[in-house]
Amino acid sequence: MISYIVQRILIMVPTLIGISLITFIIIQLPPGDFLSTMIAECEAQGESSCVEQVEIYKAEFGLDKPMWQQYVVWVTDLMQGDMGLSFEYNKPVNEIIGESLLLTIIVSGVTILFTWAVAFPIGVYSATHQYSWGDHGLTLVGFLGLATPNFLLALLLLFLANVWFGTSIGGLMDPQYVDQPWTWDKVVSVFEHLWIPVIVIGTSGTAGLIRRLRANLLDELQKQYVVTARAKGLSPGKALLKYPLRMALNPFIADIGNLLPQVISGAVIVSVVLSLPTTGPILLRALQTQDMYLAGSFLMCLALLTVIGVLISDLLLAVLDPRIRLAGGAAK
Amino acid sequence: MSDTPAIPRYVNEEPWDPHSVEVLTPEQERFYLASQWRLMWWKFRRHKLAVFSGILLLATFFSILISEILAPYNLHSRHVDFLYAPPQALHLFHEGEFIGPFVYGFDYRLDMNNLQRVYTSNPEKVQPIRFFCSGDPYEFWGVIPMDFHLICPARDGEMFLLGTDRLGRDMLSRILYGARISLTVGLIGIAISFFLGIVLGGLSGYYGGWVDSIVQRLIEIIRSFPELPLWMALSAALPVTWSPILVYFGITIILGLFDWTGLARAVRSKLLSLREEDFATAAVLMGAKPKRVIFRHLLPSFTSHLIASATLSIPSMILGETALSFLGLGLRPPITSWGVLLNEAQNINVVALYPWLMLPVVPVIVVVLAFNFLGDGLRDAADPYK
Repeated sequence: MISYIVQRILIMVPTLIGISLITFIIIQLPPGDFLSTMIAECEAQGESSCVEQVEIYKAEFGLDKPMWQQYVVWVTDLMQGDMGLSFEYNKPVNEIIGESLLLTIIVSGVTILFTWAVAFPIGVYSATHQYSWGDHGLTLVGFLGLATPNFLLALLLLFLANVWFGTSIGGLMDPQYVDQPWTWDKVVSVFEHLWIPVIVIGTSGTAGLIRRLRANLLDELQKQYVVTARAKGLSPGKALLKYPLRMALNPFIADIGNLLPQVISGAVIVSVVLSLPTTGPILLRALQTQDMYLAGSFLMCLALLTVIGVLISDLLLAVLDPRIRLAGGAAK
Repeated sequence: MSDTPAIPRYVNEEPWDPHSVEVLTPEQERFYLASQWRLMWWKFRRHKLAVFSGILLLATFFSILISEILAPYNLHSRHVDFLYAPPQALHLFHEGEFIGPFVYGFDYRLDMNNLQRVYTSNPEKVQPIRFFCSGDPYEFWGVIPMDFHLICPARDGEMFLLGTDRLGRDMLSRILYGARISLTVGLIGIAISFFLGIVLGGLSGYYGGWVDSIVQRLIEIIRSFPELPLWMALSAALPVTWSPILVYFGITIILGLFDWTGLARAVRSKLLSLREEDFATAAVLMGAKPKRVIFRHLLPSFTSHLIASATLSIPSMILGETALSFLGLGLRPPITSWGVLLNEAQNINVVALYPWLMLPVVPVIVVVLAFNFLGDGLRDAADPYK
């Protein structure tokens, strides 16, 4: 098992290098950059000190060196936990990202749990009542969730909550907790606000999961051991729950790899609409102002989050399903 | 022994046909002789929802060929007297009398208390809708000058079946025109991703070894990025100086560039299993080159699967474009897509005051659903021998 974990982590290294390369390319892509904009603005205002400021930035981040050196500087800094400087906020990226990344993790995690909680009963029902009205109806609901753009659903819920409850549900906590240290009350407040984004983001992933669970369970239910179990006189409930369901559960774990990027994508756009203090709005703002270090670091963090999530799901899967060979080959 | 009466033996006098058991009814024969594609068609036809979705999509795609004729107004015609006009209801009867489809004209007044435009429909102004009429002049496909429309408002009247926007432009017309961009984004994107998926998946599945490892790593890297932020970053990087048309192609390429991974995986796993089949070995032994083996022998056996999975990935591109344009990172206004239209409905005030600005989401949902059902039906039909 340990060798499998080590092996699995080693595989991540080239992936991470690739991710960092792509991120770096994206950072460099825009034709203009923030610094030249800054110089232009400075000159327009007739100041001279900004040019010096820009020079300091250039020297610090090696912006005047060739590309590959810039990349090396960037990656080395990254590995030491220094994600560079946001030129717009004039603050280290770490400070800006820190809390919002944590909130993104919370939102994504809860969303995945929510997706499971919804998809599981529906999937089981659909499989055991194949082609019934319930099956078709629930599948349609799932599809509707898939087809409705997240941001619109968010907008609608925002509006309805305003009309029905007269409250603003934007944000992720009550205003008085913003920028406050984490206390129990703040946690409670976050969870009170969490359900809207969770529902909105969750709807898009549910349909896929329902269909996969349904298909898997249907496959399992047709197998001979189920017939045997029935023939032995096992109650239908037990003949369903004991083995077929356990087998069909694997997609829940294995799907994290598919679900996580989707959830994070959803979180980005939904948080823009709901103005949540997660990564979305800051990323959007950074992209609009071409504050590329900030944007790049965000992208890198989100990708890293996904890679780690997939790693966890792979490990869980290996633990849960003994049929998955760890090392491959004939090792016993 | 001989006292048991002999059982009368039955002998069939008819000439014996050794193949009699295997004789097929004409129906069975038709079934067994049918080509693979015909079988698929039969199987697909049974999936009613998929057939319906297919027809719906065909109609939608046909409509983008003749948007100019279908739309009552032009894409950019402005009606300054009718800013943010609500949708007009379509009536058939006026005071118990049948007139045919018509709308009631608007009376407009400015509510000075909350500075809101108030439109009330005036039962005096009966404005019958004209069919096959001449209305706003336009250039059909940007070339032929015409003014023929399927439906037009009454002369000197107005018809906003889905309301108007901030600049007094008819939403219905804009949605019809928006279909052009929104639907083709998915098509061009899928063409790119199809090409990349087949080539890279084919290489990795056929050659295996280090080619396979590299492609697999690449897929893993791309899949680690959450799609939307990556798309956002790339489209934010599109130069501002680009013309809207260039931006449009840029966006489609971005959408296609990262979507091929799923397709490549499907191609690879199919190739891995198919290249062990006897017919593949036979082709190799006869001296066929890899290109010929892949494209001539292996690919045709799972084209249907590819088409099905391609159909299933078009919706995500349409939604992606919508999301990008909604955020203002995608297409830019002179170009009108459903996402660009939704960009107007970005804040809660709009939703509260002018909810009809959110209508472009209806075609988005319908098209995405239809693609999903169609893809589902195609996938079921893709393996007709099952």
